[in-house]
Order: sequence, then structure tokens, then C-alpha cells
Amino acid sequence: MTADTLLTPDRHHATNAPVISMMGTRAMLFEAPGEFTMRQQQRIWALIAHTENRPDIQELVPGVTNLLLIFTHAPEHPEQIADWLRNAWETLPPRQIEGRLFEVGVQYGGALGDDLAAVSAHTSLPPEEVIRLHHEGEYTVCAVGSAPGFGYLHGLNPRIATPRKSVPSLNMPAGTVTIGGMQAGISALTGPNGWNSIGYTEICLFDPHRSSPSLFAIGDRIRFYPESIEL
Amino acid sequence: MITILETAPLNTIQDLGRPGYRNLGVGSSGVMDPLALKVGNILLGNEPGAACIELQTYPFIIRFETPTSFAVTGIDAPLTLDGVPVLAWSVETAAPGQVLQVGIPKKGARGYVCVSGGIDVPVVLGSRSTQLRGSFGGIEGRFLEAGDELVTQPATGHLSGYGAVPPARILDTGPCEEKTVLLRAIPGTDYARFTEDSRERFWNHPWRITPQSNRVGYRLSGAPLTLHDRVELRSYGIIPGIVQVPPAGEPIVQLADANTAGGYPRIATVIEADLWRLGQARIGTAIRFVECSHEAGVEAEQPISHYLDDLRLMVAHYRASCQSRNGVKSGGKA
Repeated sequence: MTADTLLTPDRHHATNAPVISMMGTRAMLFEAPGEFTMRQQQRIWALIAHTENRPDIQELVPGVTNLLLIFTHAPEHPEQIADWLRNAWETLPPRQIEGRLFEVGVQYGGALGDDLAAVSAHTSLPPEEVIRLHHEGEYTVCAVGSAPGFGYLHGLNPRIATPRKSVPSLNMPAGTVTIGGMQAGISALTGPNGWNSIGYTEICLFDPHRSSPSLFAIGDRIRFYPESIEL
Repeated sequence: MITILETAPLNTIQDLGRPGYRNLGVGSSGVMDPLALKVGNILLGNEPGAACIELQTYPFIIRFETPTSFAVTGIDAPLTLDGVPVLAWSVETAAPGQVLQVGIPKKGARGYVCVSGGIDVPVVLGSRSTQLRGSFGGIEGRFLEAGDELVTQPATGHLSGYGAVPPARILDTGPCEEKTVLLRAIPGTDYARFTEDSRERFWNHPWRITPQSNRVGYRLSGAPLTLHDRVELRSYGIIPGIVQVPPAGEPIVQLADANTAGGYPRIATVIEADLWRLGQARIGTAIRFVECSHEAGVEAEQPISHYLDDLRLMVAHYRASCQSRNGVKSGGKA
């Protein structure tokens, strides 16, 4: 029997229980049950605060309703840590983070937001309406990851959710304002990207030489406003 | 100081990596074969985390501008210093003006040019490793180019003529399949989501490393693996060694330059103790995954620790005896 089967409850029968599994010998993934809601994400944030002072932790990597724990050494009894996490999950209250508010000016449409037409077609909404629904919402940074400084945002209006492109753009510039399924984002690096571009912003999401290299931190809120619209 | 005279693309400055910034989206980077860098640094009496040049393409030619002790590890390749052959996995000291040439390896994929004191480039977010995606670390976050000058520590004595037995010769004691690299792996989070047939094939059939493979990860080719049901996962943190299966069914092993988060189903994770073997496996190589328990994965670290401990002890003795023979006062750090 492997550690994996020891730690993972039978997912067909225990839909309300978190799934805990090993990733190699030195990392453990905790996945919350249920939907992607801010409440579940706040419970993950609570787990981070509770876990970060353990002496055996090298890195904590929050994801979308999940948390990867990387240990300094491979734990001898991972099942004990899994029990500790399960107990913390059941007892900790959700953690509210009063993040900073960023107001981000967007140049909607044009060459740097040229998937606006595709989003408009998919959602059967005129492009002006897509833009309005995009900048009316307030977004919360759930986690930072994938690329340096990239924030996973919660808060996209479901009416403008649009699946990722089957053929990614090869060289999407950093700063592109995007929609990928139910998630909204701002691309952090220039490169291949499968999300739909609807605009562009000039903010710099990551600078390794800043005292806080990543502009966004978990709990920060983002409001977009149109700087210009080009249809 | 070292001047790079000739380099093919894809060669970078790396150290043991940049842990601690995954929560900002910054992956670990670092050498693909940490064991080879550790050997080089032990041979030269360096700090374990001293930086080196990681070679992935050849030939590579440098000129030493100051007296420099060096060792090339990781590969078995033709090496010459001013045209005279020198051994891999061994320490030599170059005089100013001497030229080191590294040819195409006969064995291994990634060579490590280690120098005494390490390659001195600015530390960015706790490491000298090149972060190609983020364009920082190493030399301005980019591949090395001819004409680059690298700062090193001048050699303090003429050390040469000792080396390490390559780790593959010590650590490959188990049964060895001809030309197939065996990698121990622990079943991953979504293992049970794959069909029984796919699970069986994942372990029992060899996978080939495709040309779409680099420091980010290796794409493998073989009969596609299938899930019982299609699944949309939320983004989760990943580490080097994780084996994910995109919708097309051919696995990808994430490596040193991997993103910090992923979203594909996870079938297994290669244990850390075997990642160096993957770093030395070339494109076209066949690999086979061998199922491994958590306990066995932890135990697999032991032979590596013993190998490095033994080497550390021998090198310390040898360097101390060299120094006393050369009349250097004892009491200094070996």
C-alpha cells in the first residue's frame, strides 16, 4: 500500500472530506472539497496561517481551493500530518484578509485585446456589454502562481465566462487582460497563453528587485476601469 | 575570471535552486542534476550551493583569465585544457590564458563546469540560478553568450590530480535494463482516475523522451493514457518530478524550470533521489517508471547521502595532505 492510498479518502464516498495526497516524498497536497467559493478559499488561507510556523515546512504554495506543503525533509509519518491538517480544516474559521485595493486602467479591445470579438460571440453579448460586465465586478486575488506575479482572480461575472482557446496565442504580451473559463487574469509574462485577451494594462506585476517582488498578494482586490475602448 | 569564447545555445548559470518563492509564482530553477553539482563543489571545497555553468549543448569553450581550479562533472565528454586531455569528475588548476574545451558527451546530457569559489553572479531572490521565464538571475536571466565574462575566485594553490567516481557507477547497483533509464515514482493524486489498462501500461511499458523536452519538462511518447471520466481540475502547486497527463494522453514530467502551478491530472511523481537520472537522460532515451512506496522513496536518499559523505571525507583528507606537502600552513579551511 502506498502513502497515496493511505492518505486519500475514497473520493466516490466522501465528497465532503478534503483530499490529501503525497506529491513525491517531500510534498503534500491538500485539496478542499466542494465548489470554488471565496469561503473555501478563505479556509485555505486560514490553513496557511496555521501551517506556516511548523518547523518542518520549507514552502507553502496556495492554489485555487488547495494548498501544497513542501517539507524540509521527507516526513516519516505523513499520515500524522494529514490528520493534523484535517483537524485544522474542520476547526479553523475562514480567514478574512483585508487586502489592498488596486484600480487598474485597461485599454479594452484593439490589437492587444483581439479576442474581445470571440468572447462577445461566445457569450452572445455585444462587446460594450462584455467590457461593462468585466469592469463592473470586483475581483479578489486567491493565489499567486504559475508565472512570477500572476494572480488567480475570483469574481468574474459568469455571463462573460469563456473557455480557453483551443489554439493558444504564441506571444501574448505581459499585461494582457484575460478571461480563461471562470477565471479572470492579467498575464504576467510575455509568452504562449490560452486565455482570451480582451484588453491591455501597463502595470508591472513582478520585479525581482522590488522589496515585494509580486505586486499582488492573496486577499488583494482589483477593480478594472476603461482607459480607452477600441472596438 | 572566465571569458566564454564559444557556446551553443541553452547553457546557463545555475546553483541548487531558488526555493521559497513558489507562492509568488517563481519556480525553483537550479541544476537539472543536483548530484553532479554537489560532487563538483565537494571536490573544490566549495559551499554546497556555489554556482556553476550548466551545459546542455556543445562544444563549449572558455578561457581562464586568472589561475582557477575547476572540475567538469555530470558527463563523460572529451575535455582538453590547451589541447591536452583532462579527466571529467576531476580537479585541475588552469593557468591564466589557458583554454578549456568541452566536446560532445559520450555519456550523459548535462555537464557542469564547477570552479573553486563558484561562479559569482548577483544573488536574486536567494539564488544565482538563471530564471529564464522571469528574465532574472544568472547573467541577466538569459542563456550564456560568447564574450560573457564571469567572475570567479583566483585559485589559492595548484590543486589537481584527484577526482570522484561518477555516481552512476556507485549507485546503479540494482538490475539494469539495457539502455532504459529506470525511475522510481510514487502514484499521484489522480492515479485512481486512470483506467486499469492505463495504470498497467504506465508502469510496464517504456516511454520515450521526445524532442519537445527541455529544462521545463520532458514530454514523453507512448500509447496514450486515458481517464475513466474527463476531469477539470483547479490550479494546484507543483514540484519537479510530477508526472501529469494532458488530454492527449501522453505524460509530461515537470522539471527544474517548471511553472509553480498546474492543472492536468497527476498520475505519479518521480522520487527526488532519481531526478538526477532524468536530468542526464537525453532526448530519444527510453525510460520506465517503477512503482515505489513512500518508505522506499525516503530510503532511496540513503545511498546518495553515503556516497557524498564518503567523497567529502576523502577530499578533505586529500586536500589537507596536499596543503601540508606544499608547505601551506594548516588551520585554514580545507
